[in-house]
Amino acid sequence: MAEDVLTIKHLSVDFKTLEGTVHAIRNVTLKLHPGEVLALVGESGSGKSVTTKTVMQLLPKNAEVVSGSVEYEGRDLLKLPEKELQKLRGNDLAEIFQDPMTALNPTMQVGKQIMEPLLQHQDINKEDAKTKALAIMEKVGIINAKERFKDFPYQFSGGMRQRIVIAMALICHPKILIADEPTTALDVTIQSQILKLIKQLKDELGTAVIFITHDLGVVAGIADRVAVMYAGRILEFGSVNDIFYHPQHPYTVGLLKSTPTMEMGGGDLESIPGTPPNLINPPAGDPFAYRNRYALKIDFKKLPPFFKVSDTHYAATWLLDKQAPKVHLTDKLDQRRQHYAKLVEKEAHQDD
Amino acid sequence: MRKYIIKRLLMMVLTLFIVATLTFFLMKMIPGSPLGNTMKLSKAQQLAVEKQYGLNKPVWQQYLSYMTGVLHGNFGMSYQYNSTTVASLIGHRVGPSILISFQALVLGVIVGILLGCVGALKKGTWADATSSTLAVIGISFPSFILAILLQYYLGFKLGWFPVASWDGFPSTILPTIALSAVPMAQVSRFVRTEMVEVLNSDYILLAKAKGLSVPQVVSHHALKNSIIPTLTLIGPLAVTLITGSMVVENIFSVPGIGELFINSVLANDYPVIMGLTMFYCLLLCGILLLTDVVYGLVDPRILSKEKGEH
Repeated sequence: MAEDVLTIKHLSVDFKTLEGTVHAIRNVTLKLHPGEVLALVGESGSGKSVTTKTVMQLLPKNAEVVSGSVEYEGRDLLKLPEKELQKLRGNDLAEIFQDPMTALNPTMQVGKQIMEPLLQHQDINKEDAKTKALAIMEKVGIINAKERFKDFPYQFSGGMRQRIVIAMALICHPKILIADEPTTALDVTIQSQILKLIKQLKDELGTAVIFITHDLGVVAGIADRVAVMYAGRILEFGSVNDIFYHPQHPYTVGLLKSTPTMEMGGGDLESIPGTPPNLINPPAGDPFAYRNRYALKIDFKKLPPFFKVSDTHYAATWLLDKQAPKVHLTDKLDQRRQHYAKLVEKEAHQDD
Repeated sequence: MRKYIIKRLLMMVLTLFIVATLTFFLMKMIPGSPLGNTMKLSKAQQLAVEKQYGLNKPVWQQYLSYMTGVLHGNFGMSYQYNSTTVASLIGHRVGPSILISFQALVLGVIVGILLGCVGALKKGTWADATSSTLAVIGISFPSFILAILLQYYLGFKLGWFPVASWDGFPSTILPTIALSAVPMAQVSRFVRTEMVEVLNSDYILLAKAKGLSVPQVVSHHALKNSIIPTLTLIGPLAVTLITGSMVVENIFSVPGIGELFINSVLANDYPVIMGLTMFYCLLLCGILLLTDVVYGLVDPRILSKEKGEH
């Protein structure tokens, strides 16, 4: 396998707040392979966005990186001076935000906003930049790009605005695209269009994507690999098939069980009891232990290491230890597996 | 847009009519008469003068004849200044007032925007604290106290500026500074709040994610969006300036309409009071209309809303 595009090692980030120090992420280690889509999955506050904001070095002022490194092309992004980072942002590393309604400058023509990264990073005159901007506007599916170049964001719908944000992010052909819940604020039909667009463009440009979401349905459609985050830690990571067909961590299983499907009919939707722990005083052991039906005593005391399930699949739960009792977590998941298999198949058909 | 402006202009005429009517009757309720203080006149002389100016008729008749005059563009003659029409009096006096008000507005708005930006960009530092302190002083200090302090220290003690004369640009400096304190303070507070909000918005983060430097982010994305809402302030500020300028004009002996207004009220110079009130009213309505129009031109979103509504 070719060298990784991005390597996050042992990353920990704190936030200083009035109530105390929030340990937002702890010991996060992730690798991004070239051209792949890595999905970061987890509920709100699990540290997904903090991880990617650290990569972009766009954390708010009260954040502090406690330890770790983010390697990109042999350099640690955390140690780069601001000037060097500015050269990378928008050029090598690009980001799509969650809410397209607020991500665009309301008083600037969209064309100008799309041209901005080009003019910033490349030695290019305005004419050529405009030509390129029009080309990418057409590519992301904005009809009548020429006439709409001078329009303002309020003249576009949410889905169209997200296309504009995507055009801005991809105009410099970045190596890494961070998509921070890019479809959460859109309705479902638009959502699938935008997902397809991201997939198509990243294949075309060979961009590696970190895709943040809490929607496992979206993950099934787009991701190659998945990392499940909870309370600032990664609990399990593996290929999409590993996570959907052989989930090992009780939290991953819980997430899968609480995703509604068409096949369920009128049955009750399972949920994970309790709420995530307060990250000002995170628990000592497995952060999920308090909500975990299958928690062992050691889960409350000692943080589980990553147990290897397969070459691609690792999970941090004591249930995988040799001495642990055997539990079968995935009874109800069997029917879901079939459903997801169908989903994946459907996506594959659409691509053909 | 044209429909909107015409509608506003019609509203202006109505406002003017109401203001003129109210002022006329309120003015007549003030004790004293234009000749009340003149003890030297005999009863017969007083009656003769009152008859000459139509002051012996019932108030409603005076009102009707005044309004008829106004409709024909005749605002009457001043009682105080012999054989001068109100229109020409105002015409002669309006220049200095507009000049210092305008200078004060420009100075106040520019300094205010700068202070506000510094406050927002350096939030929580000594620079922010200084800008806030200046703003608090500007808002809480009455302009006439500032005027007297400026006059005493910069004019009298140091002798840098004329104390109270009207002779070219140097003599406009102190009144301008005295008047600019309020707009400066209000604009700086407003811009600071707006900018802090804008700097926290998604599109600023996105601009940073595009690789723009902080100065670029501020000048390309934050500045315009922080200043646009400030435009709505300029109308009310102009109002404050024009009313505030009456006192300041008097302190610095600026031969403007503010001074004229005070003198005419003291002397019960009815036609001048009426003329000036209507002039102020017209000026304020005009400024408010102008700010709305400019706002529509600067912020593309407003215009489209107007189109939808009217």
